[in-house]
Amino acid sequence: MVKRRVKFTFPTELITESVIYELGHRYKVVTNIRRADVREDIGWVVLELEGTESEIADGLGWVAETGVRVDPVSGDVIQG
Amino acid sequence: MSYVTCLRCRGCGREYPVEPLNACDFCFGPLEVEYDYDSITRAVSRERIAEGPPTMWRYQDFLPVDADMALDMGTGFTPLIRAENLGRKLGLENLYIKNDSVNPTFSFKDRVVSVASAKALEFEFDTLACASTGNLMGSVAAHGAKASMNTLVLYPANLEKGKILGAAIYGATLVAVDGTYDQVNRLCSELADNHRWAFVNVNMRPFYAEGSKTLGYEVAEQLGWLAPDHCVVPGASGALFTKIHKGLKDLVQTGLIDSADTKMHIAQAEGCSPIAQAFNDGSKEVRPVIPDTLAKSLAIGNPADGPYALRTIAESDGSAVIAMEDEIVEGIQLLAQTEGIFTETAGGVVISGLRRLVNQGVIKPDEVTVAYITGNGLKTQEVVESVVNPVHISPSYDAFEEAMAGR
Repeated sequence: MVKRRVKFTFPTELITESVIYELGHRYKVVTNIRRADVREDIGWVVLELEGTESEIADGLGWVAETGVRVDPVSGDVIQG
Repeated sequence: MSYVTCLRCRGCGREYPVEPLNACDFCFGPLEVEYDYDSITRAVSRERIAEGPPTMWRYQDFLPVDADMALDMGTGFTPLIRAENLGRKLGLENLYIKNDSVNPTFSFKDRVVSVASAKALEFEFDTLACASTGNLMGSVAAHGAKASMNTLVLYPANLEKGKILGAAIYGATLVAVDGTYDQVNRLCSELADNHRWAFVNVNMRPFYAEGSKTLGYEVAEQLGWLAPDHCVVPGASGALFTKIHKGLKDLVQTGLIDSADTKMHIAQAEGCSPIAQAFNDGSKEVRPVIPDTLAKSLAIGNPADGPYALRTIAESDGSAVIAMEDEIVEGIQLLAQTEGIFTETAGGVVISGLRRLVNQGVIKPDEVTVAYITGNGLKTQEVVESVVNPVHISPSYDAFEEAMAGR
């Protein structure tokens, strides 16, 4: 089992969707929310995921496919 | 000795020991270095700084590194040039260019990497690492060589060869990662979390970022211990912007200058301007974007310090400005043709942004203004290739005279 810290950014049209619940339900990933700010037009959630490498990779792939942006908690690691 | 007391979470305020940590275990917020300012105030003076080396390490009392660990490659104390020609063009009487393109690897990244690599030695790491598309990898490779450390540089596999050369020459181990920018980014983040490397902008980030403060200290010292009225700074992660402001505030807090009412202006390129867009929208949240800009060194779509940059703008009564993509090369040419300074695309963004700020009346003609030029034009020659338009002649005197007639 591994842990990953990620940030989800929700576009306006997905704010009301139960993406985090679905992630846990479909991919057996344990989700642990640490910080969040959800408003009418934008929302972000910082959370820790726990699962196998493949569960987390598949789960994050699915989250990204829904239109939610997935980023490392520390922001972009690649720099100019 | 350094005057660091602890690391503190910028999100929830929790305190952490001085270790290679990046994020708060509780809320995952970013950590920042804290200092004992009373002790710094007792130690520093203008004279003590003047007696220091002609590099960024003259401000060692403000940096999170012990004196004997400083890795001084001659970085910093770069020229602050009175830009009379450019000022005349723009309508500014007191314009200065802080030319940081003359550092050892030709960008301001040497400042942050100097601190990160010195701290990595202090923490007894043997490997210095980064993920980069240009300036950072060159600086990390050079500092790794100087520090006799293993150096690992990760980059997207589709990166141009010329950009990689600047790291390869120093003997760094190069890892080209296939995949989209986001995939490479995520992998690098995971690697940084799972290997005992000094990953300069991940687990060393709190220390790394502190190096940028020296760009605030230097400008004030070079202006005769005065803070400018305006600073125009390129924006990528937002850390450089916030730390220059912190540097100026440090000088006030320690009594080296009386006041710093500097208005901070962040300049971003149209194709990657998440911080400037948030400012323009009046939002406290920075929406990540997918970068599509000529200014590759500013192409950070998810800026770690974005919210703090917005806070700095608000605290300093500053602003954010967006340079259109087609203005970037114009800015490069304008600086080159007025002041003889050849900058990379980030500098083009700054100069074009500065022009907009003047035209909008944000900066008044007599106000002391500093534009930060953070990288050398030789690094992005491909964007200005169109300026090469020679007059072709046959090898005869008459041909020359004819071609040049009327020029």
